[in-house]
Amino acid sequence: MKKRKERIDRGIKVRSEDVFALTSYREMLYLLAPRALPVAGLLLFLPLSSPYWREIFISTAIYALLAISWDVLVSVGLISLGQSLFYGVGSYVAGALNHYWGLPPVLTLPIATIGGAAICTVALLPVLRLRGIYFSMVTLVLPLMMLRLVEATRIFGGTEGLTGLSPFPGQLTEMYLANACLLIALFGFRRLMDSDYGLIVRGISDNDRAVMNAGLNIHWYKTQILFLGAAVGCFAGAFGTHHDMFAGMPGFALDYSIMPIAAAIVGGTGTFAGSVLGAFILVPLSEILRALGALRIVFYGLFLVIFVVGIPEGLFHYIRRKYHQFERWVEVE
Amino acid sequence: MSSAEAILSVSGLLKTFGGVTAVSSVDLQVQHGELLGIIGPNGSGKTTLVNLISGFVKPNAGEVLFKGRKITGFPPYRIVGMGMARTFQMVKPFYQLPAFKNLIVPLCSPRIKAILGGRYGDRDAIALDLLEEVGFERDANVAYKPAGSLPQGYLKRLELAKAMALRPDLLILDELFSGLSLAEVASIVPIIEKLRFQGKTIIMIEHRLKELFRIADRIAVLNFGMKIAEGKSEEVMASEAVKKAYLGSESG
Amino acid sequence: MLLGTLIYGFVNSCLLALLAMGFNLTFGISGVANFAYGAIYIFSGFTAWIFLNSIGLPYALCVISAISLSAGLGVLIYHVVIKRVKGLALSEVMATFGLGLAIMELFRYFDFVGFKYTLPNLIEGSVAIGDVYIDYQRITVILAAIALTGFIYVFTHHTRTGLAFRAIAQDERTALTFGIDSDRTAALSMGFGSALAAVAAVVVLPLGTIAVEGGYDVLLNALAVCIVGGLGSTVGILVASVLIGYAQTLTANYLEPHWMMLVSLIAIAIVLCIKPSGIFGHQKELEERI
Repeated sequence: MKKRKERIDRGIKVRSEDVFALTSYREMLYLLAPRALPVAGLLLFLPLSSPYWREIFISTAIYALLAISWDVLVSVGLISLGQSLFYGVGSYVAGALNHYWGLPPVLTLPIATIGGAAICTVALLPVLRLRGIYFSMVTLVLPLMMLRLVEATRIFGGTEGLTGLSPFPGQLTEMYLANACLLIALFGFRRLMDSDYGLIVRGISDNDRAVMNAGLNIHWYKTQILFLGAAVGCFAGAFGTHHDMFAGMPGFALDYSIMPIAAAIVGGTGTFAGSVLGAFILVPLSEILRALGALRIVFYGLFLVIFVVGIPEGLFHYIRRKYHQFERWVEVE
Repeated sequence: MSSAEAILSVSGLLKTFGGVTAVSSVDLQVQHGELLGIIGPNGSGKTTLVNLISGFVKPNAGEVLFKGRKITGFPPYRIVGMGMARTFQMVKPFYQLPAFKNLIVPLCSPRIKAILGGRYGDRDAIALDLLEEVGFERDANVAYKPAGSLPQGYLKRLELAKAMALRPDLLILDELFSGLSLAEVASIVPIIEKLRFQGKTIIMIEHRLKELFRIADRIAVLNFGMKIAEGKSEEVMASEAVKKAYLGSESG
Repeated sequence: MLLGTLIYGFVNSCLLALLAMGFNLTFGISGVANFAYGAIYIFSGFTAWIFLNSIGLPYALCVISAISLSAGLGVLIYHVVIKRVKGLALSEVMATFGLGLAIMELFRYFDFVGFKYTLPNLIEGSVAIGDVYIDYQRITVILAAIALTGFIYVFTHHTRTGLAFRAIAQDERTALTFGIDSDRTAALSMGFGSALAAVAAVVVLPLGTIAVEGGYDVLLNALAVCIVGGLGSTVGILVASVLIGYAQTLTANYLEPHWMMLVSLIAIAIVLCIKPSGIFGHQKELEERI
């Protein structure tokens, strides 16, 4: 007797799918719990934790933001191999504004986010019209070039970078700011991508010819998404700058390019929550592995390969599937 | 038939790909409200012609005028905004989305906003109505099924609905009838007739000659990228050049 | 000075062309993403070194082994990694890039770092042209580049396998209907490209040391040349190599050496503004893809 696995949505999922009126607290809880619990956990955990874990959290939040940024670009079909471009640009803009003009973080952060995003968008605009592979190639190349550019021209402090920049007023402020921005980015983009705007964006990724044919200017949409993704990345860079009180060449390092991709792949591309989940797994893990030195990058590399090849859907999809469906073995006639 | 009244005017259109001439100096006038059929053997350049007119391919030479305005070289979204819509021969919907959600994207087009006076309206409702117009049975909830699960007949209707959603004045249908049974074709024809009744101009590329001749006002015939005949269906089918094109030079 | 710049600029151009050829063959011509290219280059260098210094084989044998092993590595990468994510072009890129990363950093972890890691010159000695001395190794670079270019051109235009390489990039389905085994062809292309990386390594690495950073640089340079010249176009690679090669040498001689990378960046920027698909690139822009 042959058997196969059958997956059925749980009753409560089906009922709560098209919600016009939730009929019971149980259903509300079912929908709310996966969203509220992590958020509550973060809000409660943060002030209670030790400085060491707070540092790890900040680091995680930064990588999570970069991973969200990557996910945003992927949703329109742009696969960035150089998230560090956004981080580095945001970092240097904030650092320069602070170092040369003495602007405080409350000003440098928004300016670096918007201005940095504008710079990156303009730089990448010419490749938007070509096949996606060109975008990936150029994003791979640009940060590596920027590194050598800074080294050669010695601008913005050259190899030493800009030091002694202003910190955030207090570690708690820093943490809650990071937390707030992360959650805003996460829920904001999920909302955006669930809307009709998101349909258009994902349509461009799926079949751009059809979207062109529907009377929409796909280049304009791609530019918008590029700007949004870049903004999140630049924010992460600006934030990191004031956290480290330093802006320099490490801002364009490979780490900032690879880790977000690994996080998004492990957690699940296209869901934003997956990117955050992936970051929360990988960053603390990499801290623990820091003792291994260069082996750490070997680990990342292999991790990337294994997940891309073996578990392409990512952890978030897997967990969500388990939450919403149950499986049973059914006999096949 | 002066070109001043024509909704679409194509002159001297030329397109080469590498060494191959796909469309060679084609002239065409399409009058307001008529149904023009374009026929020709495989590889005669019909789809390339449509691509040139709708902006997906840029011509090497020649001009396209739509509603009296030059649109040569315009990108597709601009031409759609002016009131032209086309379907594709190879139907590729967004497979995982429900059928009606496939219409949301065209309904987000700026043209819709302009027509509805500055708003987009309830896109979901409009989409469902559109699908009902093209024959998606409301009570069977076909509109909610994922597009990937629909048979070819429904997919073709969906493609038509996507074009209709743009409220075009000129509708170009590229092989809409291909792959459909006689019954399915018979059920789509009234929808096309209704579009004509609403005053729309329609161009149909077809291989199904019998069904096309019943509804078309005029026919144009392409072969090897050139227009070899034009006129009423009887005239065109009687022409020697057309017979040679379809049957080869051994005939007659 | 001028003659020196002329000659060394040409050497530099040939060097760049050598580096880019293998990458272009796999990625540009066959459409198989091989972002582990830099890693394979370094791998072949270290392999040759190990065979020579730790095992003590005659150098000719080391070279042959290195090339064969690299080719084998390329084919292995195809079958283990790329084949499973084929079709999703960007997964190919990410997976091969991750693998390349792992390979390069593995060498660093096992302490293959330092000035003692060098490869011997294929031919010792030098010759004078006018008042400029140029060593035979650099002349080998020039000859290798010319030979390789000629070979690749003939191969991809006149042999069945070479034409198959081009076919699978353009339209895999159609290639299949012509009886071209796309899997075998792609694997072969990876093997070839990797072998070419090894050839480049054996010719170029003697000019310096084998360093893990070199792997990143190689990928970077190959990408830059391909972007400027146009992915897939052998002629484009040549032209881009000459342009960038001379620009780099001129910068190094008349300005300062560390501005050299800036040259590549400027070249990319200019190309992106004027003709994004590269000088000889025939990437059809979106509008023309129906």
